[in-house]
Amino acid sequence: MTTKPPTPSSGADAGTEAVSRPEEKAPSRWVPVWRFTVSVLRMPSGLVGVIVLVAFIGLALLAPLFIHPSDLSVTQATGPLLAPPQKGYPLGTDQAGRSVLDLVVWGARASLAIGILATLLTMILGAGVGLIAGHSQGPIGRMLMHVTDWFIALPTLPLAIALAAVLGQGAASITIAIAFTAWTGTARLVRAQVLAVEGRPFIERARALGATDTQLVTRQVLPNVMPLILVSSTLTVASAILAEATLTFLGLGDPTSVSWGSMLNTAFMQGAVTAGAWWYLIPPGIAILIIVLGFTLVGRSVEHVLNARVQPR
Amino acid sequence: MSNVLQLESPAVSGAHEAPERSDFLPYLARKAGAACMSFFMLLVVGFALFNLMPADPVSALTRGRPTSDAQMSHLRHELGLDQPLWERFLTYVGHTLTGNLGYSYEYHQSVSSLIADRIWPTLLLMGSSTLISIWLGMWLGIRAGWRPGGTLDRSSTAVSLALWSVPTFWLGLILLVLFGSGSVGGVPAIFPAGGMQTEGTGGGWSPGHVADVGWHLVLPCVTLVAVIFAQYVTIMRSSMIDERGNPYLLTARAKGLRDEVVRRHHVVPNALLPVVTVIFLQIGTMIGGAITVEVVYSWPGLGYLTFTALRIPDLQLLEGTFIIFSAAVIFCNFIADLLYRALDPRVRRQ
Repeated sequence: MTTKPPTPSSGADAGTEAVSRPEEKAPSRWVPVWRFTVSVLRMPSGLVGVIVLVAFIGLALLAPLFIHPSDLSVTQATGPLLAPPQKGYPLGTDQAGRSVLDLVVWGARASLAIGILATLLTMILGAGVGLIAGHSQGPIGRMLMHVTDWFIALPTLPLAIALAAVLGQGAASITIAIAFTAWTGTARLVRAQVLAVEGRPFIERARALGATDTQLVTRQVLPNVMPLILVSSTLTVASAILAEATLTFLGLGDPTSVSWGSMLNTAFMQGAVTAGAWWYLIPPGIAILIIVLGFTLVGRSVEHVLNARVQPR
Repeated sequence: MSNVLQLESPAVSGAHEAPERSDFLPYLARKAGAACMSFFMLLVVGFALFNLMPADPVSALTRGRPTSDAQMSHLRHELGLDQPLWERFLTYVGHTLTGNLGYSYEYHQSVSSLIADRIWPTLLLMGSSTLISIWLGMWLGIRAGWRPGGTLDRSSTAVSLALWSVPTFWLGLILLVLFGSGSVGGVPAIFPAGGMQTEGTGGGWSPGHVADVGWHLVLPCVTLVAVIFAQYVTIMRSSMIDERGNPYLLTARAKGLRDEVVRRHHVVPNALLPVVTVIFLQIGTMIGGAITVEVVYSWPGLGYLTFTALRIPDLQLLEGTFIIFSAAVIFCNFIADLLYRALDPRVRRQ
């Protein structure tokens, strides 16, 4: 008899049950995921968050269907210049005569893409370091943790600005800069959880059955740390979107693409403030507010559901 | 406990690892060692970022200026780029430690003198916003934590969450367009649109000038406060809730003291401890906020200096402000560690 593969990514206790009671057949690997989703959706904040996110992501994906590239081109736009909301332009126009509504909808694409990509990168980096630091108790683990601690002391925005400035303007350098400054928190969180998981008996059992380090980490530890990574990543997307907006506003983004940060940058640089063009300034900020709140609400509901499952034990 | 607003503070984590009955000196040495390592890490990151990653710092420096090959190689030699890596790193460390942060070719001034000029506006902005945030955060936190789940508690949590979810600079832009432009909804331009003083007024400490600077300070300060006060509310609130469960409250109440007196004289002094260290741990967030706020209001501080350096881009100047900001954060974290232990006798006895 070898160790039975544990049910992937359900509650933090899935691995324990599967291993300690091997005779019990796991019905389907998706059942716990489904049950989990339902309990998140049952929370009002979770439901609101999910609706907001689905709406925004849907709008961003479908945007090319109703916005033509020429509407977004500075030279081909046909609207009045920097005009307040009016018929045909419900949110007014920018200094080049483009509809602000179109820009906000289109901007969701870049902002979400960078936010999600940066989060993926953060999770890979942070979870990787956290897993290794938590699993190997030797000098490597200690060294990694020290490096994380020294890194955590550096202020986020100046570091991100410095990195993005050296890498040059563009979406890629912003994504890297965000991931490079955000991974430390995840690494710490994951490491703490790895230490907690490795203290449980089923790890010792797997080790006694001859599991190698790689098997232990990928098959036993990772599935149990996954829920935490999930929570952490929804919250990280929120701060990554904020960071993207800030860095792009400071002029580090791709000057040709439309994102919420670049809209505000253009508005600020082209004198929308002195012109009192509130219709140009308010929508991108509200969009950021809503999407960040959406991710935060989902993150907190997931966290709440997970805690409710783990605590009674 | 909210994950978002929670502080991953070195002071708090350090408290758990504090050994039994250790003396102050070993603790001081350990924390000073950690701060030094952080600073060393900062030097490594700074060196790697600004001296290794740009393919050719000289061509970045001279971008947009006609230069001959001889001038380029002279510059290269002057900057020590023709030396081996470790030697360059040692020179870099030596220069940074002695306050030589390079020369800004844009401003024709040494970076350290530029920073020395611009640090005061930043300190003024950050200092005044910190004081107001502490006052506001504690005022709200004490009341929210005294009745958790009450109206004030729920509304202050909602406001904090909303303020956390908007970018600082956007809040600044909105306040500016509302109160500084004079062209929205008939609201007159109550506050100046930017800068630190009215053009043409003299410096010095004359009451007129001080009032003028104060006038310019209002909007930047309000923006920064809106972003950071929530942290103080959260900390103060959870600290109050922790203290509320203690038996000494029962004693105080049994003595017949009024609710108000129990709160003010018995709970608040104990609940204050974590807040004091948070003030110093906040500086990283503060700096991030200050950079964008200074940009929006063209406040002539270090953040605005960073912004102008970015647009050129003047890497030496950027490096200087990066080092200064980070060093300030490391130093304040160290102070927070020390204060945490000095103020709370329980940490010492644990």
